[in-house]
Amino acid sequence: MADLKSEFLGIRSPNPFWLASAPPTDKAYNVNRAFEAGWGGVVWKTLGEDPPIVNVNGPRYSALHSNERRVIGFNNIELITDRPLKTNLDEIRQIKRDWPDRAVVASVMLPMNEAVWKKIVPMIEDTGADAFELNFGCPHGMSERGMGAAVGQVPEYIQMATEWCKQAATVPVIVKLTPNVTNIVPPAKAAQAGGADAVSLINTINSIMRVDYDTLTMFPTTDGMGTHGGYCGEAVKPIALNMVAEIARNKDTRGLPISGIGGITDWRDAVDFLALGASNVQVCTAAMVYGFKIIDDLTDGLSMFLDDKGMRSVAELVGKAVPSVTDWQYLNLNHVSKAVIDQDLCIKCGRCHIVCEDTSHQAITHTVNGQRRFEVIDDECVGCNLCVSVCPVDNCITMQPMTDGIDARTGKAISRTKANWTTHPNNPMRKAD
Amino acid sequence: MAKPEFTADIRAGRLDKADIDNNFSDLHPPLSRAEALIAADRCYFCYDAPCTTACPTGIDIPGFIQKIRSDNIRGSAQTILRENIMGGMCARVCPTEILCEDACVRHTHEDKPVDIGLLQRYATDPIFENNTKLFERAQRSGRRVAVVGAGPAGLSCAHRLAMLGHDVVIYNRNSKPGGLNEYGIAAYKTVDNFAQREVDYILSIGGIEVRNNVALGADVTLAELRDQYDAVFLGIGLGAVNDLGISGADIVGVENAIDYIAALRQAADKGTLPVARRVLVVGGGMTAIDVAVQSKRLGAEQVLIAYRRGPKEMGASEFEQQLAQTNNVSILHWMTPVAVSKQDGTISVALARTRLGSDGRLTITDDVQTLQVDMVFKAIGQKLVDDGLQGVALQGGRIVVDDNFATALGRVWAGGDCVVGGEDLTVSAVQHGKVAAIAIDRSLRSG
Repeated sequence: MADLKSEFLGIRSPNPFWLASAPPTDKAYNVNRAFEAGWGGVVWKTLGEDPPIVNVNGPRYSALHSNERRVIGFNNIELITDRPLKTNLDEIRQIKRDWPDRAVVASVMLPMNEAVWKKIVPMIEDTGADAFELNFGCPHGMSERGMGAAVGQVPEYIQMATEWCKQAATVPVIVKLTPNVTNIVPPAKAAQAGGADAVSLINTINSIMRVDYDTLTMFPTTDGMGTHGGYCGEAVKPIALNMVAEIARNKDTRGLPISGIGGITDWRDAVDFLALGASNVQVCTAAMVYGFKIIDDLTDGLSMFLDDKGMRSVAELVGKAVPSVTDWQYLNLNHVSKAVIDQDLCIKCGRCHIVCEDTSHQAITHTVNGQRRFEVIDDECVGCNLCVSVCPVDNCITMQPMTDGIDARTGKAISRTKANWTTHPNNPMRKAD
Repeated sequence: MAKPEFTADIRAGRLDKADIDNNFSDLHPPLSRAEALIAADRCYFCYDAPCTTACPTGIDIPGFIQKIRSDNIRGSAQTILRENIMGGMCARVCPTEILCEDACVRHTHEDKPVDIGLLQRYATDPIFENNTKLFERAQRSGRRVAVVGAGPAGLSCAHRLAMLGHDVVIYNRNSKPGGLNEYGIAAYKTVDNFAQREVDYILSIGGIEVRNNVALGADVTLAELRDQYDAVFLGIGLGAVNDLGISGADIVGVENAIDYIAALRQAADKGTLPVARRVLVVGGGMTAIDVAVQSKRLGAEQVLIAYRRGPKEMGASEFEQQLAQTNNVSILHWMTPVAVSKQDGTISVALARTRLGSDGRLTITDDVQTLQVDMVFKAIGQKLVDDGLQGVALQGGRIVVDDNFATALGRVWAGGDCVVGGEDLTVSAVQHGKVAAIAIDRSLRSG
């Protein structure tokens, strides 16, 4: 069996799955249950200054459901901890004492005031917490007060606050980034410049879930009025993966340890994050939707996967897919794929035909010799993968690369030489061959 | 002398009321919203959907299911009822397993099609419960059309004609409209007086007058109708029952299945209906299954169906055959009655084994066994009553029509079970009536 033992910034945990800073890590009661269930670590619900903030006493969460009521996306307007700092510190101290093999990281959110950081950071470190995670990500509520995403959206603020924390702390400092920016790399660079030992991402995305179709107000509301929340859950994973990969492959931020967050629900999601450059992962929504027991599938599935791949540790998987991520301009324009429909698997629903016909390249038949039959017309197929995406049968339609012969669509011979946009004749900015 | 344990016995009240109520409750209970959303999610929204092609009325099935998914139930019902105004009854009685659900592409890799029938009911039930108006009449044309028969074909034709602006008078030989929906369908398939609620909904569009207890031939002639109206539609069904054609078939206790089914449907208290202890049903269609299962559910102890061919040849679908079997009805295949007699209240039926000859024709062998029962139901099909059809061309005992359901007689159209190609299906009759109405409208506006 592959060893799932994880070491992130020197912090050891029995597996790479930490609970993200959020309601599941709000207090000792929850954290004890999480550790009993087998979670590798927790990032404690974000600590702030006293007096503690207050939360609304109405809906804090809402969900995007499938028709089976499966939660696909999740929205929250909860703020940081609403308990006194001392209560949290006492509990963290006790938890770290009771669970010495687990990672316990303290998430913090403080105003842009150096004196406050210098006062509170040592108090937190005194609990024995393994590291700090700086919450520069929450997009709702706290951002209106100049904290959370309001810091994370300004690289200079990120760097400044990171420096203050690093000066006051002896344990590692992780900076948690907000995805509510146009480019994730400058915030990551700012964290690095401020001395951050790692970044974690993503925090939640600004969101309004829907309107109430009866009242025509936004939904949900607190007594008739609502505010945007932070979006998370399965639906945000692709956004998170891109941001993780961007940091992992950027020449300046490459090598900066990443804790991956965003929609991780089963072990395959964890594989995505790890292969794209995260060294461990954090989970919140899946636990809030299913409870702590999902850790069994996460650890078991990852372990089985590593065995199948002949890998002995998580570290061997980290970053494996990063070299496959590049800019569009470097994609091989000489490569040609065509869709192929396996007629034995085809159920003749015709979805591939109608989407290709209506919205793509008119490259799939609906009738052949008077029979209902769906076949790819190579003369028209551009290899766009739309049919593969909409086909309800797994593996019924596959993209087959052409290695020789003539592309029936272009009439050109298949070339094994790679050629990309940077040298393409249509590119006015092309480089000389 | 004590009564022997096994003796002739036909009586009411074999079961108590609670058992009867339970036995005649909804065969397929409606879906809840949660169930409907999950069932709807299984629809692949096929292009040129095979289920729609398989539906005799051509309902846009993926379209109405998509609207269920988006909670647009009224729109979903309109999509259904636009093509099939009896979409509510069809959702209950259509043999979906040989129509839309049989065509579902889900069959390729799994054995469970989308629950189209139940979803159709989910979409349409609220319309009838709330009497939601979905259709408007076009501007009045001033034309009048007589519709003979108040069954699915006649009502469908009348509704479409009314929508198109014409005024319609329906001549109905029964005391209630609805035809076989009211008199001919097993009670557990259409509970809560649904057939009449559906008729009320259809008539609520306006412009349709129903004259009950008026029979073609006896009370009104086709010639009179042609004189008084701009067009006539015949949706008269098959009013007579085929004979067994054997000796003893006329004895008391050898009854028409459809009469018994009708009596059951009309009974205010099903417990008052006499039911035999031992029942033999002759036939292999839906009617045979309906009378057999209902007899069993009324408390008959032993119910047998004798059918002269095998399971594949039965008019009853596989689902119906299984329904009989799970209701403890035994189906005897390749058996046909050759003689019936009665003594001391017990009916003896001589059943002969049949087989297919080398020429493919059915032959009756002399392998005969005699069965003792208390009642025999004939369910071997119905035939046209041709009283009053002078001038209308017939073929094989059915009315000849063209693709637009026009008969050979001018300004007379016909549809439903009474025409050549009639399929003994509510859904087909509805389609005939609809197509005929559109043809009548075209004819009236051009003529």
